[in-house]
Amino acid sequence: MLADKDRIFTNLYGQHDWKLAGARARGDWDGTKELILKGRDWIVNEVKASGLRGRGGAGFPTGLKWSFMPKTSERPCYLVINADESEPGTCKDRDILRHDPHKLIEGALLAGVGMNACAAYIYVRGEFYNEGLHLQAAVDEAYAAGLIGKNACGSGYDYDVFVHRGAGAYICGEEMALLESLEGRKGQPRLKPPFPAGMGLYGCPTTVNNVESIAVAPTILRRGGAWFAGIGRPKNEGTKVFCISGHVEKPCNVEEAMGIPLKELIEKHAGGVRGGWDNLLAIIPGGASVPLLPKEICDTVLMDFDALREVKSGLGTAAVIVMDKSTDVVKAIARLSYFYKHESCGQCTPCREGTGWLWRVMERMVKGNATVAEIDMLLEVTYEIEGHTICALGDAAAWPVQGLIRHFRPEMERRIAEYRKDAAVRVA
Amino acid sequence: MSGHVDTAPFEQPASFAFTPENLEKAKGYIAKYPPGRQASAVLWLLYLAQDQHDGWVPRAAMDHIGGILSMPPVRVYEVASFYTMFNLKPVGRHYLQICTTTPCWLRGSDQVVDACKKKLGIGIGETTPDKKFTLLEVECLGACVNAPVIQVNNKDFYEDLDAASTEALIDALSRGEAPPKGSVTGRQTSAPVGGPTTLTEIK
Amino acid sequence: MPKLTINGIEVEVPAGATVLQACQQAGVEVPHFCYHERLTIAGNCRMCLVEQEKAPKPIAACAMPVAENMVIHTDSERAKKARKGVMEFLLINHPLDCPICDQGGECDLQDQAMAYGFDRGRYQENKRAVKDKDFGPLVETSMNRCIHCTRCVRFIGDVAGVADLGGIGRGENMEIDTFIGQALGSELSANIIDLCPVGALTSKPYAFTARPWELRKTESIDVLDAVGSNIRIDSRGPAVLRILPRLHEDVNEEWISDKTRFACDGLTKRRLDRPYLRRAGKLAETTWQDAFAMIATRLKGVAGDRMAAIAGDLADAEAMFALKELMASLGSANIDCRQDGAALDGSNRAGYLFNTTIAGIEKADAVVLIGTNPRLEAAIINARLRKRYLQGGFRVGAFGPKLDLTFPVTSLGDGPQDLVARATEFLKDAKNPMVIVGQGALRRKDGGAILAAARDLAVRDGWNGFNVLHLAASRVAGLDMGFVPGANGRDVEGILAGCEKGEIDFVYLLGADEIDTKRLGSAFVVYQGHHGDKGAARADVVLPGSAYTEKDAIYVNTEGRVQLARRATFPPGDAREDWAILRALSGSLGKALPYDTLAALRTKLTQAYPTFGAIDQVPHAAWGSFGKAGTIDAAAFVYPVTDFYHTDSISRASPTMDACLAARMETDARKTGTHG
Repeated sequence: MLADKDRIFTNLYGQHDWKLAGARARGDWDGTKELILKGRDWIVNEVKASGLRGRGGAGFPTGLKWSFMPKTSERPCYLVINADESEPGTCKDRDILRHDPHKLIEGALLAGVGMNACAAYIYVRGEFYNEGLHLQAAVDEAYAAGLIGKNACGSGYDYDVFVHRGAGAYICGEEMALLESLEGRKGQPRLKPPFPAGMGLYGCPTTVNNVESIAVAPTILRRGGAWFAGIGRPKNEGTKVFCISGHVEKPCNVEEAMGIPLKELIEKHAGGVRGGWDNLLAIIPGGASVPLLPKEICDTVLMDFDALREVKSGLGTAAVIVMDKSTDVVKAIARLSYFYKHESCGQCTPCREGTGWLWRVMERMVKGNATVAEIDMLLEVTYEIEGHTICALGDAAAWPVQGLIRHFRPEMERRIAEYRKDAAVRVA
Repeated sequence: MSGHVDTAPFEQPASFAFTPENLEKAKGYIAKYPPGRQASAVLWLLYLAQDQHDGWVPRAAMDHIGGILSMPPVRVYEVASFYTMFNLKPVGRHYLQICTTTPCWLRGSDQVVDACKKKLGIGIGETTPDKKFTLLEVECLGACVNAPVIQVNNKDFYEDLDAASTEALIDALSRGEAPPKGSVTGRQTSAPVGGPTTLTEIK
Repeated sequence: MPKLTINGIEVEVPAGATVLQACQQAGVEVPHFCYHERLTIAGNCRMCLVEQEKAPKPIAACAMPVAENMVIHTDSERAKKARKGVMEFLLINHPLDCPICDQGGECDLQDQAMAYGFDRGRYQENKRAVKDKDFGPLVETSMNRCIHCTRCVRFIGDVAGVADLGGIGRGENMEIDTFIGQALGSELSANIIDLCPVGALTSKPYAFTARPWELRKTESIDVLDAVGSNIRIDSRGPAVLRILPRLHEDVNEEWISDKTRFACDGLTKRRLDRPYLRRAGKLAETTWQDAFAMIATRLKGVAGDRMAAIAGDLADAEAMFALKELMASLGSANIDCRQDGAALDGSNRAGYLFNTTIAGIEKADAVVLIGTNPRLEAAIINARLRKRYLQGGFRVGAFGPKLDLTFPVTSLGDGPQDLVARATEFLKDAKNPMVIVGQGALRRKDGGAILAAARDLAVRDGWNGFNVLHLAASRVAGLDMGFVPGANGRDVEGILAGCEKGEIDFVYLLGADEIDTKRLGSAFVVYQGHHGDKGAARADVVLPGSAYTEKDAIYVNTEGRVQLARRATFPPGDAREDWAILRALSGSLGKALPYDTLAALRTKLTQAYPTFGAIDQVPHAAWGSFGKAGTIDAAAFVYPVTDFYHTDSISRASPTMDACLAARMETDARKTGTHG
């Protein structure tokens, strides 16, 4: 188990003062000026050395992403921080925003230096109203203390941090949709290319990072990339905030080492599966969009990018949604299909039309009001969506259904048979 | 899962203008963005209008905002209709949004929904005749380890609910009280019930 | 220039081209719906997915820039499967109402479903139902059919520049709508009918009229303004059923104005379909012989300087030429084609042309408008100005009352005060400046002085930025052939003044409806034309002519481009082609014109005025002196067009144009209501 001394988010649960004084007491804003003065390349290299992979779901190496920003630019460069946390099961950034906002702001500054940005916009989902107030208060404190703004931390570097509020659209967690939204439009993802590092916010070079990716940066830089890289497994290094929800005794957020066994994570921190591990039916290990895993896989799987990919799922946002044997698993996934239909921006055809189709068929599957052949059709429809859309929402809608069919097809067939039998009885 | 449902016909006000205080706030929001990028402030201004206008955004307000931000009104309308947190028709004084996405559903959001319906005598998407409450199902609010969750008036979360605590919440709101937000069971935010398993060495 | 391989074919395309463009260059068809070469790229329909080797997923060809050594497959299993899937998604919520859909037979969705789709549907759920919208009198909506390609939104916002349409709502519930259910506030709105790849937006006036395969298609040009938009006239039997744009990159690209498209229902209203003679104050039907006999009688003994002819705004070149020659043979120099008295003469061609050319606007970097509202006078040219504005680095200044041109305009004054100084200042940093002098300036008393003042404002080495924007389709041809007063001849004002004073006894109006007919006094008036408008109402003899859809005829647009109108239908009743009427009349007057066929007439015309021989070309017009020295009055300009929908005898007869005006007035009233 990760030792407390290696935990970054030491106020994860808000037991302590979240404001500047409390943050300083926990070591934030300590020697920030010196870190800045070590320069852009040092920052990027240190983050590269840490092995940090993006914490928003896709797991792209963070240092590498920063290095895509132009070495010199006539136009201003921006860091945009994605605090539009909306992936079902996920509520880690919420804790960072409300309990450790200064880690994020300090990270915004250091990351900004690492990519030669002039400002950070932090896009907070609209529902996080109170969290946004904390963040804004912390930003105000940081300005007042000279930590950001002109000559940030006395380093000579000018840097602004702005809080932006979303308004209820999952899709704005997609980086290109987020940029559109930030510019005052509907959150419909832009086409790539051009990529944001070349043409992002307001047509300027931009990097979009998840809250957690940015908030861990100051600690990485202070303790060294090697320290972070020493935790977890190769290519899956560092600590991670996990969210454990659903049928566990004690749902919670917890910061743990990457690669912790799923079973250990749940039993150590969440009080175990409701009714015991053997009462487990399935787990969605990385937020709603990754395929679920049946108990047999959960028994042994490790919680990191590569281990979960090997079992045809994903770490995603590390949001662990636990379902015990009482769960109507078809309905649980059908509810997610509704979610994706509701959150599809409607821009491109496969997602706009496909998510609604999936949901409607899934609703029939819940009752068994379908044919066995329609299970195959359903699967085909997911493949017609997957990889054919502008952004990854289409994939996210397809994968839960694919996971369900992969692991629970017998259950779906059983319902269809039962529905037929009942219908025959009703007719007779 | 019914989204916005039409209940009663309603009237659009003929005009709308920000109060002087809100106009000042609007200027503050616009100042967050580079010159010429004032459209970036459209969500902020829609929130301002919604708060000023009893929880919903009339068309005249979108016109007004379009004027302030130099956006064609239809672009403001596109935005307002795209983001679910804007109401384009009247709502009750207490606007309850119950999360029913899978993590909340697994922990009993059905019971929370039923408690609301029973207590208020209205269905999803409806407003009580006294205009005090509007009920809506909403997609994942992002407080999944504290499920089930209700958000009141687009602002405060009430967490770890069940049928009884939901009824108590409604009672308190009806009485005009503002119950403390967060977990209704008194648990420490997102820590496991009974206290954290980590960070115990940190003072 | 990057090289890439498409289905094994190697192509080299300009850098910055898209994969779709490269495919087109390679002759490989890639189906698509949302992509349109004149609109911004949306990439949303996903129909153009193709396989790119080494890419993890199929790519949208319309949006992907080409790169060196790309290998593209458009017919691999993967590409086909992706396309089939998209096609299936597009159809699941699309109604199966092709038999009652006006798009049937010219529907992209129908065609591509045949070529790329499944042969059956697998969608068992209920189809989406979407409320129809009211976009005004021109565009019929059937929103169940909408496939959300957003072509209409992009056109109205970007090309037309009015931002009246948006995608409201989100996901599968997104609907195309206006802000407050108002008619579209653009003069170009109906182009969205052509752009809509399905039957969601169709023509309201043409609704349920015909199937495309029943129509005879005639390629022609429009004459309801001086742009000379290229059109296709679709007719069945004697009726023109609809008018569509025809591609001409240098003129109208593929857009036409709503008037060009929809005034055609005026072609069957108030038509002059037989000759008339005024008897006892009333016009009564007569025969060609009697009409000609009457004219011969009334002309007998009238001296040339007591007769006159005025050519109207829709007159074709051949008829004007015949009339000019007839008047000359009668000894009259009193001819004029400038009904509005515009201060232009035919002496220097560059002095009355749009020299920069319409396409040339895209090379300009600043423009000064003088007494013109191009949005109402030449909506297509205004669209080109907007296109140039969107490309950036383009400034627009205007002398005249406040304008809404869909792009920012700097006011340089309501009138021409300090015209030269202000315009020079405004254009001083411009490399390729333009001035556009409108009829609002030229028809004033000081028009000649304004013209002279404007002459040198925008001329640079190798660049002619001097432009006249005409309103009348006939005007440039008239000036080109000198349909202006000869030596000691009278112009329109002189003719009318002469009529009032009793110095003119005989006036021949060739479709001239825009003059003050009350001033014709007691002159004997012959009106040759196609509509019972102002001119015919005053006439003593009416000779029924042909509208522009009913004759082969030459028109010259404001650029000086010679173009051919072609006959799509026959003129109604006894009406005849205009040149032929004049030829016949000349015979009855004993002054037979020396041509019996249109071809012979054109040969003579071209011999006399060679510019008419250069079809669809804009030959360089030599620079010379023009305009008149004089003082310039500071009075505010008055724009010549206030009602876009009614500018000539055809559009004035059109019920659809009436409906457009009514809708526009309602929208304006509502706007002032909510904003005021």
